[in-house]
Parts: sequence; C-alpha cells; structure tokens
Amino acid sequence: MSATVMTSGNVPGAAKNHAAAEALGRRRHRTNRIVKVLCVTATGLGLVFLASILFTLLIRGLGGLSPTVFTTSTLPPGSHGGLLNAIVGSLMQTVLGTAIGTPIGLMVGTYLSEYAAGSKLGDAVRFVSDVLLSAPSILVGLFVYALLVAPFGGFSGIAGCIALAVIVIPIVVRTTEDMLRLLPVALREATVALGAPKWRMIVSICYPAAKDGIVTGILLAVARVAGETAPLLFTSLGNLNWSVSLAKPMASLPVTIYQYAGSAFEDWVQLAWVGALLITFGVLAINIVARFVLRGGK
Amino acid sequence: MSEGSHGSVQVRSSSAINESRIAISELDFFYGEHKALKQINLNLPNKQVTGMIGPSGCGKSTLLRVLNRMYDLYPGQRAVGNVMMDGENIIDPSVDLNSLRARIGMVFQKPTPFPMSIYDNIAFGVKLHEKLSKAAMDERVEWSLTRAALWGEVKDRLNTPAMGMSGGQQQRLCIARTIAVRPEVILLDEPTSALDPISTLKIEELIDELKHDFTIAIVTHNMQQAARCADQVAFFYLGEMVEVGPAEQIFTAPKEKRTQEYVTGRFG
Repeated sequence: MSATVMTSGNVPGAAKNHAAAEALGRRRHRTNRIVKVLCVTATGLGLVFLASILFTLLIRGLGGLSPTVFTTSTLPPGSHGGLLNAIVGSLMQTVLGTAIGTPIGLMVGTYLSEYAAGSKLGDAVRFVSDVLLSAPSILVGLFVYALLVAPFGGFSGIAGCIALAVIVIPIVVRTTEDMLRLLPVALREATVALGAPKWRMIVSICYPAAKDGIVTGILLAVARVAGETAPLLFTSLGNLNWSVSLAKPMASLPVTIYQYAGSAFEDWVQLAWVGALLITFGVLAINIVARFVLRGGK
Repeated sequence: MSEGSHGSVQVRSSSAINESRIAISELDFFYGEHKALKQINLNLPNKQVTGMIGPSGCGKSTLLRVLNRMYDLYPGQRAVGNVMMDGENIIDPSVDLNSLRARIGMVFQKPTPFPMSIYDNIAFGVKLHEKLSKAAMDERVEWSLTRAALWGEVKDRLNTPAMGMSGGQQQRLCIARTIAVRPEVILLDEPTSALDPISTLKIEELIDELKHDFTIAIVTHNMQQAARCADQVAFFYLGEMVEVGPAEQIFTAPKEKRTQEYVTGRFG
C-alpha cells in the first residue's frame, strides 16, 4: 500500500481539516490548564492541612516542652508531672514489637518471593497478609486481648508488644516480597551458576542487594506502630506510674495523649500536646531516615 | 591473539578439532509444551572454543542453559536426551547441581557483579566449594583476576564495591569469578553484547587465552566474533542444529544453504 492512498481512503474518519485540528489543539490546551489548576489546588489543600497540624503542634507543644517532661513520670494534676514513663514505654513497646514482628515478616516475605511462586498456599498467605495490612488496628488490639490479656488475667506490656508486632508483620512481608522480586533475574542466575545453593543465594546475595528497600520497609513499620493507640488500649492499657515490667500494664505516648487530651486539667492537656509533638517529630525523623537510607543505595 | 583475527572477514585458520569434552546427542528441550530444541547432536571439543550462532530464538542460548542445568530453576522446562561428560549424563535428575555448576561455569549477557567488594565477588564462589586459608584465598583472587586481565586495574581497590567498575571491567570480573571456581567448561552467553568495542576486544583476547585451560562454548550474534574466537562453529535455526564444523569451513564453505545465507547476512 502506498503512502498517497493512506491519507484519504484507508484512514477511518474525516479527511484532515486544518481549522478543525486547530480547534482541537485549543480545546486540549484548555483542558490541560483546567486539570493543572485542579491538581495544584488539591496539592495545596493537602499541604495546608499538614502545615496546619504541624504548626498547631509546634505552637501548643513547644510551650510545654521542658526538661521535666523527660525526667518525671506522669503525676496527678497540678504536680508538674512529665512523660518519662510514657516515652520509655513507647520506646520499649515499639522496639520490642518491631523486634518480634520483623523476623517473622522477613521470613514470610522471603517465602512468598522465593519459594511460593505459583503455589496456592503462597497466594493464600499473600491475601491474608494484605487483609491484615488494611485491617483496623483496633481489631488487632481486640485479637491480642482475647489471646493474651483475658486468658492470662491482666493487661501487660508484652501484650502491647505483640499487638504492635501483628501490625508490623504485614508491612514487612509486603516490602520484603516486593524488594526481593525487584531484583534482576540475571543476578539470581549468576549466583546459582557458580554452584550456590538456593538458601545461600537468598542470604548472601539477595538480602544485601535488596537491603535498602527492606530496611526502609522496617523503618516505615516502626513509624506506623510508634503512633498506634487502639491496639495498646486493650493490651498494655497505659500506666500512670513508672514501670518497665513487661508483665504489668505499661504507659505509652499515644495512650497517654488519648487519656490526657480529653481530661479537664490544663497541665494534662498541655502534656498531651507535648506528647503529640514528640511522636509527630519522632515519626517524621524516622521517615526522613527511611528516605535517606533508600536514596543512599542509589 | 591469533594472526589477523581482527580483520573483518578473517577467519581463524583451520586447526584440528580436539576430542570431545562434552558430547550432546539426541537432545530435545521443552518450554512447557513448546519444543525449543530438536534432536541436537553436538560435541564440545576439549580446550577449544565452540561458537554457537543463529538468529534470535533459534535455541542456542537454550542449549547453553541445558549444559549447566540452568533450566532447573524454572518449573515447566525440561530436557530429554544425552549430555555426556566424564561418562555421566549431566541432565539426569540425580546429578548434584551445585557441583555440576562448579565444573561448568557460566558468564551472562549483562555483567552481574554481586553487591559486595571486588575481592568478595571472587571469594564468594570459591568459598562455596573449597575451604581456603586467607593467604590461599588472596592467591586465588589474584590468580583469577590476572587470568581475566583485570588484576592491574583493580589490585589497589580490591575492597571497593564491584558496582563502581565500568561495564567492561564488571564483565571481566564475572569471568574472573567464574574461573576462580576452577571449572572445566565455561559457557559464555553473548558476553560482549552489552559492551563497547574496546571492552569487547579485551574479552575476545581473554577467550583466546583461556582456551588453553578451559573448554569454552560461546553464544554470539556477532558473526565476526564467532569467526575470530571459535575453533568450531555450530549454526542453529528454529531449534535445530543445521550444521557444525571448523570455523573456517562454516564461514567459507558451508555445506547447507541456510548456513550460507545466514553467515553471508542474507537473513537473520
């Protein structure tokens, strides 16, 4: 078929018309501008909320920030208490919850990526993990309540850790699987071609190659559970006194904020603002570190 | 390098083909239901280079991947027939794959440095099969990097990440990594297709050097490369091996019409 025939006979639709083409161009230009304005407005709106939250936190929180916050535990209203027990409790539960959940998540993610290709069990595990990822966290709290708190007669720090671990697991599963799958096939084949058994390939080559992404996933999981309140309400409950025993109820920043912010005492409300400020900037710091780690490898 | 091997139409002058190191007979290969190799009969002569040429999808890479059982990674791929090495059929399910792959090494199209130092890239493969003292390992690393014509360029930065090397250096590292395990056979799957001409030249010189100690099979799309490197050339088309013979004969006096059309650039 020759090029001259192409222009009229064989192309569906009307023959080319310059006026119509220009009108079409103008319309596209206009649509482009409208969509652009809408996108910018939406972005601005989102940023306004974020800035407003951060700004309010800074204004209200910075006022109450003092050394006492870090040196004294929560005290009755009017006695200049701090947040020491809540800060330490939050750190302990977050660290332990991550420490329990991460290895399990890593192993499940590895199973899904390396061993479960095309298997029904793998599909089922992936589905359950994804459901867990989006499950309301209060359900996780109730689950651990029924599993550990009710049968063993009381709220405890360890129950809080396990509730947080249950939230950590699906996040780590997802990122581990995704990051391992992103590795080039050639890297795996080159490893196997040297006579490396599969486990050796996974441990010595795949993990180091996917390290940045996996670490980022873990940090994001930490950021997520550091701010969780609902799973802790039914598990570690909160504790107004200094306690680092995992067998007893344990304080945490989110739960303390929840309790203090709704109270009638001005100094408690002030401490709630300080706690919110600490969590927000702690999580922000973790997110920045995560991004930094992710970029460090590139 | 052999005489005049960089001229555009020069072909390695005919040398006698050695006795075979690997003998392939009546080999079929399947990707699921699709038969990708049909009744292949081919010998890889000991300590010589066999070039495998043919248009894309003709099965030459597939054949290479049969020789070190790479296809075992993928369910649904299977080989039927005989691939005899030292009296053993290496496609038999009972063969220990890790020790087979230590004997038959492979270098891939794209350089694949591991995410570790240059030194550790070499040591990784060695450690899989041998327990060496630190001194012996140092020696092995130097030996293999020297054999891969890379030692001079990297000896002062053995502990730096291998990812920081140029593409040509990375590919020579992959060759060093493969020979460090001291295989008997080396499979090269289009080893220079991602490299610039200078790096390609270095790899080709290397192949010439390595065949004193190793039996080599190289898949290439580059006819000149096959002519320069190979002692024996096999032409593949649509899953069949059309013709095999000394390089000189394949390029100057092929017996089959399809071979002649391909090597003269009339198709493919």
